[in-house]
Amino acid sequence: MTPDTLLTLAVATLLLPLCGFVLMIFFGKRLPRQGDWLSTSVIAVSLGMAVVILAAKIGSYGGETLTLNFTWVDLHNVPLIGPLPIVLGVAVDNLTAVMLVVVTLISTLVHLFSIGYMHGDIRYSRYFAYLGFFSFSMLMIVLANNLFLLYVGWELVGISSYLLIGHWYEKKSASNAAIKAFLVNRVGDFGFFLGIAMLFMTFHTFGLREIFEGIGAGRLPFESNWWLTAAGVLLFCGAVGKSAQFPLHVWLPDAMEGPTPVSALIHAATMVAAGVYLVARIFPLMTADALLVVAYIGAITAFISATIAITQNDIKKVLAYSTISQLGYMIMGLGVGAYSAGFFHLVTHAMFKAGLFLGSGSIIHAMHNALHHENDHATDAQDLRNMGGLRKAMPVTFWTFVVYTLAICGVPLTSGFLSKDEILAGTLAFGGMSGHVIIPVIGFLVAGLTAFYMFRVVILAFLGDHKDAARFSHLRESPMVMTIPLVVLAILSVFVFYSFNPFDASDSWIVRAVGRPDSVVPPSMAAPSTEAFEEAAHGLHGTAMLLSLSVAGIGVLFAFVTYYWRKINADAVASALGPAYRFLLNKWYFDEIYQAVIVNGTLALSRILRWFDGNIVDGLVNGTGWVTRGISSVSGMFDTYVVDGIVNLTGYLSGVGGLALRKFQTGRVQSYVIFAVLSVMVFYFVFRLI
Amino acid sequence: MGSLGTVWSDFLGWLPHVQLAHFLIVSAIMFSFGLYGVATRRNAILVLMGIELILNAANINLIAFARYGGVNLDGQVAAMFVIALAAAEAAVALAIVLNIYHRFQTVNIDEVSSLKE
Repeated sequence: MTPDTLLTLAVATLLLPLCGFVLMIFFGKRLPRQGDWLSTSVIAVSLGMAVVILAAKIGSYGGETLTLNFTWVDLHNVPLIGPLPIVLGVAVDNLTAVMLVVVTLISTLVHLFSIGYMHGDIRYSRYFAYLGFFSFSMLMIVLANNLFLLYVGWELVGISSYLLIGHWYEKKSASNAAIKAFLVNRVGDFGFFLGIAMLFMTFHTFGLREIFEGIGAGRLPFESNWWLTAAGVLLFCGAVGKSAQFPLHVWLPDAMEGPTPVSALIHAATMVAAGVYLVARIFPLMTADALLVVAYIGAITAFISATIAITQNDIKKVLAYSTISQLGYMIMGLGVGAYSAGFFHLVTHAMFKAGLFLGSGSIIHAMHNALHHENDHATDAQDLRNMGGLRKAMPVTFWTFVVYTLAICGVPLTSGFLSKDEILAGTLAFGGMSGHVIIPVIGFLVAGLTAFYMFRVVILAFLGDHKDAARFSHLRESPMVMTIPLVVLAILSVFVFYSFNPFDASDSWIVRAVGRPDSVVPPSMAAPSTEAFEEAAHGLHGTAMLLSLSVAGIGVLFAFVTYYWRKINADAVASALGPAYRFLLNKWYFDEIYQAVIVNGTLALSRILRWFDGNIVDGLVNGTGWVTRGISSVSGMFDTYVVDGIVNLTGYLSGVGGLALRKFQTGRVQSYVIFAVLSVMVFYFVFRLI
Repeated sequence: MGSLGTVWSDFLGWLPHVQLAHFLIVSAIMFSFGLYGVATRRNAILVLMGIELILNAANINLIAFARYGGVNLDGQVAAMFVIALAAAEAAVALAIVLNIYHRFQTVNIDEVSSLKE
């Protein structure tokens, strides 16, 4: 396959979902079955092309990057800069090829699953249209070889997530969640935008390769190492928003208000993956300091969300926090320099997290139907405490869910074990080299917590007995169209697709294909080189594996002791740890703090501005009016008394004159004759005198 | 009677000495009487008579100027016009006065004032 064919295929992969979206949004309602087959087949064709691209790319081109550029607009001589063509384009390297497959695969399975899950929804065709749009936006991020297109895709992902989270916008909580997701993302996007602007000011191009070459050649933003670090951190801000990292993670749990397949799409393939992908893309320009920030943000996020996940009772909320926690892992992995491991975890996580969400969707679907059967609309279909014993009613969902859970806990023979182990080994190496030992400590702690809360979900939902026998009799396994994606994802959560050696990911084709790119920052600022890092990590694999297995084992054991055998009473522990438990249950009070500081701060500022507007600005306007009115009344008085007075005086004088002269107008001809004669005599004497 | 004959012969002797001024004096006296009549009489007939006096005063003037002022026959022609006009005027005016009398049973011009109000 020639590079041109491959790039054409890539562009087609990108544009197909867009065409699907356009068709669906305009004609969706009129198509048979409201067009679900159209959206699904379009994305399935995209998946097929993505697989071909991946095979061709890794098979024939190795580590090459294939680029297709075009000049979008040429701003001829810009003052102070000179000729400034804005070149946009797409590039396919191994990272892109793998992401293409992941995005389209998850998207296809979510489309399939949605056919069952969304059956009978009021905006069925629109839902599918937005799914296609979401996939398109994400593919644009994946394919972009420049920050401009990347930013465009970035914002499109933001708007499509808004549309899908708010799909059931009649629910106030759903529309609020959509707005919150959008606004919180904007905060991160602002930093991202500043980062892009800073790089553009320095290099006068959006192309990532050109920027890397520029930095490699020693040109730095504002001629300073410090600003290079700042640029890296600002770009990372975008990832913090999209990938729900501390402190902008608050939108993601609320985004659970959207339909469950959408959660699967957001959490596995499209939205949150975008942040991790961005960090991977800009990795070469990250200085050691910027990477340290990245690593710490990831570690803090992983820890905070894992502790919250333990206490949540809503199955989707637990999964949401576990997603944040796993994203923290990936970001931490990239931050410590375990580049391939972080990306590898993104791929494996996409599979099992999409599975977990679709599995939970299957559970919620079944619970809903059973509750609906009983005319029970008060019981929460998503609350873990209302579940239990689902294993017998929903065997396919149960077994696939167990596979995903084992994968996320990092149990051997699963994909999660491979990637997580790589990351943990990386953190150990990083801790050893840099002295930041807190990062590996958090990494292992979170591994244990993850095992505990995920098995808590499995035990509470599937094991034991169902409390309500009548409801249980109505619980049914979901239809094929929903279980097939579950089975596919469960199969893809097994090690063999990623590495033939179940205990060592360094042989994995993904890790080989997606090697850590060379840093372009000045050597004094750069993180330890790839070779040094790998040497340090190499000897630690065994240690990391043993440690992670033992903490995961402890976590699983605790889960069983507490929730299955009930040797420890969870409620007693919760009340014994009262304040700490409430702190975690309320999600570290992040929402409340943001409400108090940011939302109320904004409102207070608004009130101050309103006061200023009402009293100062309006006062000025009213004062002007008052002065004008005063001037007008003075001018009015002049008009009334002086001008009118003169007019009236004229009239009055005329009247008086008339009254006097009227006397002469007697109507007697004889007096006129006398006047005439007298006048003649008067004139005679007057003219004589003259 | 001899004295009367004397006066008469004196008068005839004086006649060639009558000058323009004498005519003008007579004319002015007539004019004044006419004007007085026009201005003071309430009777329409008497007012008309005053007007006739004024017109004839003018005629005397015209004829006197024709004789002494060197305007030849022009003055006499003008006087003839005035007499003709005066006749026409008298005819029209008397007809009006007759009609007024029929209408108001009076010829007092002060009482004939219905156009005034």
